[in-house]
Amino acid sequence: MSLPHTVIAASAAKPKLQVTGLSVVYQSNGKPLAAVEDINLEISDGEFVCLVGPSGCGKSTLMNAMGGFLSPSRGSVAIDGETVSGPDRRRILVFQEYAVFPWLTVEGNIGFGLSKLPREEREQRIAHYVELVRLQGFEHAYPSDLSGGMKQRLQVARALAVNPDVLFLDEPFGALDSITRVLMRAELLRIWQAERRTIVFVTHETDEAVQLADRVVVLSSRPARIQDILTIDIPHPRNISSPRYLALRDELLKMIGLAYEI
Amino acid sequence: MKKIRQPRRWEIWLWPLVTAALLLAVWQYSVLWTRTNVFPSPLGVWHGILGLSHEHVLWADIGASLRRVAVGFGAAVLVGIPLGLCLGWFPALHQVVNPVLEILRPISPIAWIPVAIVFFGVGDPAAIFLVFLGAFFPIVVACVGGVSSVPPLFRRAGRNFGLSNAQLLRRVVFPAALPQILIGLRIALGIGWLVVVAGEMIAVDSGLGYLVIDSRNSGKRYDLVVAAMLIIGIIGLILDAGFRTIERIRSVRWGFRHAV
Repeated sequence: MSLPHTVIAASAAKPKLQVTGLSVVYQSNGKPLAAVEDINLEISDGEFVCLVGPSGCGKSTLMNAMGGFLSPSRGSVAIDGETVSGPDRRRILVFQEYAVFPWLTVEGNIGFGLSKLPREEREQRIAHYVELVRLQGFEHAYPSDLSGGMKQRLQVARALAVNPDVLFLDEPFGALDSITRVLMRAELLRIWQAERRTIVFVTHETDEAVQLADRVVVLSSRPARIQDILTIDIPHPRNISSPRYLALRDELLKMIGLAYEI
Repeated sequence: MKKIRQPRRWEIWLWPLVTAALLLAVWQYSVLWTRTNVFPSPLGVWHGILGLSHEHVLWADIGASLRRVAVGFGAAVLVGIPLGLCLGWFPALHQVVNPVLEILRPISPIAWIPVAIVFFGVGDPAAIFLVFLGAFFPIVVACVGGVSSVPPLFRRAGRNFGLSNAQLLRRVVFPAALPQILIGLRIALGIGWLVVVAGEMIAVDSGLGYLVIDSRNSGKRYDLVVAAMLIIGIIGLILDAGFRTIERIRSVRWGFRHAV
């Protein structure tokens, strides 16, 4: 029984996702415009990492490059040692806008990436994720019948259903009202703890980052460089009025340059 | 405060009926007042419709017109949808083909009648060809528009789940464009029904268009002319209403304004 143990130990030592010297340069009116510059980052398996930075700093560009939607100008992204070279179902992006398919039911959306599975397994998987994101009773509903929060939960379920190695979430709760947003964070943490996927989460909200992440990567304004990395060493569930939470949040605000007073 | 009141069930029927009755009254009165003996009164037309419906020829004519529209429209769907999807999918191809389409599109299918007769001779194929022409362009335009207005987010999501080009077209782009395509199909069917009447007046000797022109030519039976016109109108209405029920299917309803 010692073999599986060593395998786990070996894989734990190697990062799940490795970004090496990543730069993305756009052509804007014929002039090169650096959006992301020299990013080096290692994310381990099952880790929850938030990318935080001022709006327009290149967070989404960085995430698109990590997900394979954008080829980097320099450097590389590797997942499990394999270089990322295009979109792939092993890394699914979840968007802020409602990217669920309005012509499919909740079941149809969750099963969208599962068409190759045998029917029975597919139905089991759908049922599992309907339950995980708490959409029971809405299996046959269309997205137009769902609230904003339900649509985003559906998008997360559709993403998780294909068993991705890494889940990228690009300000997924940005379009929701503030109460729904807090509830959705709790839901996401619950889902993450149940499934233990590696999550990269882009946000511009410091509270969101400190509530969710194991580590917060602070990016500078354009071009995005890694300015600081803050480890959030509070176990879940996090008490958001505890001194430790407030101290970490203040530290993050200070890193961004928004300390204490308005 | 203004209240938005739902019209009662009987009101939905009553007011349109009142409008129609008023129109019939004006018509009847005008006929009496001008003492015309050419143009029929509503009553005369009603007798005309009753008379026609007892004759086999009316049903044969309706059948002939519907068949021509079905074949012409069906061919336009079979050719127009794949072509439109292709042009929407490959913008470069669209740029090449579009000028030709834009020149042909505004030409009334009726202007094609002489050409249709040269191509196909006097007969069914010529009339069907005209219906095809009338239906073809709105279908192509709707497909191109539908495909190019699919939100990029949907395509990205599709790619993310590892779809090939063909799968992306079938599973994402087509269903996303379908509401707009259906609108195009409904317009095309309406145009097909308009065009078949014109075609039948010249190219063939059956169908409702032929009934109109034949009633005039053989004895100036204007009661039958107007009767045939009304039948054309009613069938057109039924076709359109039938098509509208398709728009209520759940998997396309999201794309229509009256949805929610």
